Amino acid sequence: MRKEAAGGSGDTALVARGSTGVGHETGNAIEVRNLAKSYKEVSVLRDVSFSVRRGTVFALLGANGSGKTTTINILTTLLKADDGTAYVAGFDVVAQPAEVRARISVTGQAAAVDDILTARENLVMMGQLRHVADPGRTATDLLDRFELSDAADRRLATFSGGMRRRLDIAMSLVGEAPIVFFDEPTTGLDPKSRNDMWLTIRNLVETGTTVFLTTQYLEEADHLADEIAILHGGEIVAAGTPDELKAMMPAGLVELEFGGEAQLSAAEHVLGDQHSVSRVDSKLVVATTGSVGEMADVFIELKNAGIEPTEFSRRLPTLDDVFFKILDDDRSRRAGAR
Amino acid sequence: MRALVDTWTMTKRSLRYTTRSMDTIITVVLMPIAMLLLFVYVFGGAIGTQTGSLKYVDFITPGVVILTVISGIAYAAVRLSTDLHRGIISRFRTMPVAPSSVLGGQALSSTLSNLFSCALVVMVALVVGFRPSADLTAWLVFCGLLVLLILAATWLAMFFGLTAKTAEGAGAFSYVLMLLIFISPSFVPTRSMTPPLRAFADNQPMTPIVETMRSLLADGTPGPHVWGAVAWAAGILVVFYILALGVYRRSTPSAAAP
Repeated sequence: MRKEAAGGSGDTALVARGSTGVGHETGNAIEVRNLAKSYKEVSVLRDVSFSVRRGTVFALLGANGSGKTTTINILTTLLKADDGTAYVAGFDVVAQPAEVRARISVTGQAAAVDDILTARENLVMMGQLRHVADPGRTATDLLDRFELSDAADRRLATFSGGMRRRLDIAMSLVGEAPIVFFDEPTTGLDPKSRNDMWLTIRNLVETGTTVFLTTQYLEEADHLADEIAILHGGEIVAAGTPDELKAMMPAGLVELEFGGEAQLSAAEHVLGDQHSVSRVDSKLVVATTGSVGEMADVFIELKNAGIEPTEFSRRLPTLDDVFFKILDDDRSRRAGAR
Repeated sequence: MRALVDTWTMTKRSLRYTTRSMDTIITVVLMPIAMLLLFVYVFGGAIGTQTGSLKYVDFITPGVVILTVISGIAYAAVRLSTDLHRGIISRFRTMPVAPSSVLGGQALSSTLSNLFSCALVVMVALVVGFRPSADLTAWLVFCGLLVLLILAATWLAMFFGLTAKTAEGAGAFSYVLMLLIFISPSFVPTRSMTPPLRAFADNQPMTPIVETMRSLLADGTPGPHVWGAVAWAAGILVVFYILALGVYRRSTPSAAAP
């Protein structure tokens, strides 16, 4: 499966070179082909291709420093790629940046709000710059929607981090851009604010908006996204719907708990020969095909070795499993290549 | 039309930074006023005998006004740099707003607040004995040249504000400008300087500007240096207008580095 993902990006590269202006033809909200970007000698994006359908949520998933923000900066006309093409709303981000900017809004990682202004003034200014019909009314509506009405006329210097973040998002919704970018929207938020954020994103999609978000949380991508692409080492190492990604994992994961570290290590040793095992917290996770025979083997091997699990359960793979498996495969592939 | 409306929106934003923290105006005018008092009351006794028929306070007031502008634009550079590093410039850059509107708004508000600071400093100069003999026309020409100087200096400041690594370092370029003011006929006649220094002082951009300003205020005529003054100011304005817009278009906040 992993091989297919890697080979796949190569194949699409050939197709894309044959036809430029992909964005126009497919009608996708975002169309990215073979994007590459280096900072001095450090190559951040090597070969990134993906597309985002209109009216869906797309999550770009990756660890810190994997190139998520660089990708967003290229798509939002802040940064020029060294190679490759990117179309947003059907327009080339390099050749037609003004057309792109008229159709997007961006919420960056840092809350880009004006401290000296009040919340209302920040929103009214956005309304004026986006030339909405009634900036004052738009501001009032958004203040209400983001529960900032009580603090509307206070300067931001007195705002909490959560309030600034909410205002930041409200500001990017002024003018109702059809494509909205969020760079790690929930990083550093408390659970309640995070749920509110998720709700905001869902509501946006219900009104037909396309949402592109980056996240380092698999749970978030799983929860929100129609499609996910995993960015690692400057490449998309896997892409698909959350279910498709989960299908990359063996269907039957057996979770085993033991009375102590000695038993856990012994079990890891015994089962490691025949199965793919990994430690998650103090549990041992054994990957099987899900067949009764193979699961029975696991317990027979344990019984023969005289190891007794204290707890066991079977569970479906989560995106975490997928992510770690991909990183694992990648590591062993690189080790093998050496 | 749209660009003009956007420029005004950005100007209002910048002006609020000034009107809501009046202490910044005080900070800006404090240094030139201190210099004015220092030169008039401490050094003036010694240097004042070198300025011919002109009273020393009348001699140095144009230089003090230029010092005020330098102090004011250093603040503008720091502000712009702060906007850049906090991601506010990135937000504007991803919006359908012309670069010339974002920077133009800053330039316009910088001009207005600098004119206000200069007026404050001139008032203090009047209190300590400054007696200009300029008529209305001369004052208008003086103000025109001052606006041109402020605009040139502001675009220069914005270039440095956008290229500085940190907001703290963004105002550092102003020390060089300050040095130019002191190595010019602003506070002492250049004939008292050593020959190489004098050659530099007589030919650097500040010199025709300060000479013209002094001539306008003291004699009511622009004097022989007026075209040199306009050429220098306009040249700096054009060069840094182009440079600043270029840097703006390519800027990325430090937070967005990989």
